[in-house]
Amino acid sequence: MHLEITDQPIDVAAVLTRVEDAGAGAVNAFVGTVRNQSTGRRVVRLHYESYDSMALRQLQHVVEQAQEKWPMMRQAAVVHRKGTLGIGDVAVVVAVSTPHRAESFAACQFIIDTLKQVVTIWKKEEYEDGSVWVAAHP
Amino acid sequence: MKLKVTLFGITREIVGQSALEVALPDDQSVAELMSQLRSQYPALGTLSSCAVAVNNEYASPELRLREHDEIALIPPVSGG
Repeated sequence: MHLEITDQPIDVAAVLTRVEDAGAGAVNAFVGTVRNQSTGRRVVRLHYESYDSMALRQLQHVVEQAQEKWPMMRQAAVVHRKGTLGIGDVAVVVAVSTPHRAESFAACQFIIDTLKQVVTIWKKEEYEDGSVWVAAHP
Repeated sequence: MKLKVTLFGITREIVGQSALEVALPDDQSVAELMSQLRSQYPALGTLSSCAVAVNNEYASPELRLREHDEIALIPPVSGG
């Protein structure tokens, strides 16, 4: 598996090559990008902060869980951006390869959904008139 | 024992620094550390949740802390 947290722009095509595998007939990727609004407020930019060592450890757990649920999974790659991002920038890429397509969709969705629950990365949304750490308060 | 606690995201902003040194009696638990920090920084209690990480894993409230543990406060994560 390839896991990475980077402060540089993510090359989506390069992440796809990480999961190439002669035994795979399917490559599935999720690309998360920065959108221009959140709960009705116009977003100007995002700041991602990461606890890198723990984030990589937790990502490893997530991919291992995916490997247990879909033992046919051949390769998996997760690259997450940190630092300041503008509208349209790529924040995260998850890519998996499997022999057939159904498992590639399922494993890719499991990895991004679980990443959002456990991986120690925090997003601060900056608006024209202030900023908020997402999900910090009830 | 003296514990070093690293802070991220909103917990860093609440405390106003990226790490804290906390003095606790030996053998105290994660729950006891959190209760001391909440009384010192009441705004921590307003968060949706605040987990504690010990040595890069999520820690249960009963876990006993040791002086050289790598400890961090983990406010609600929002990656992706």
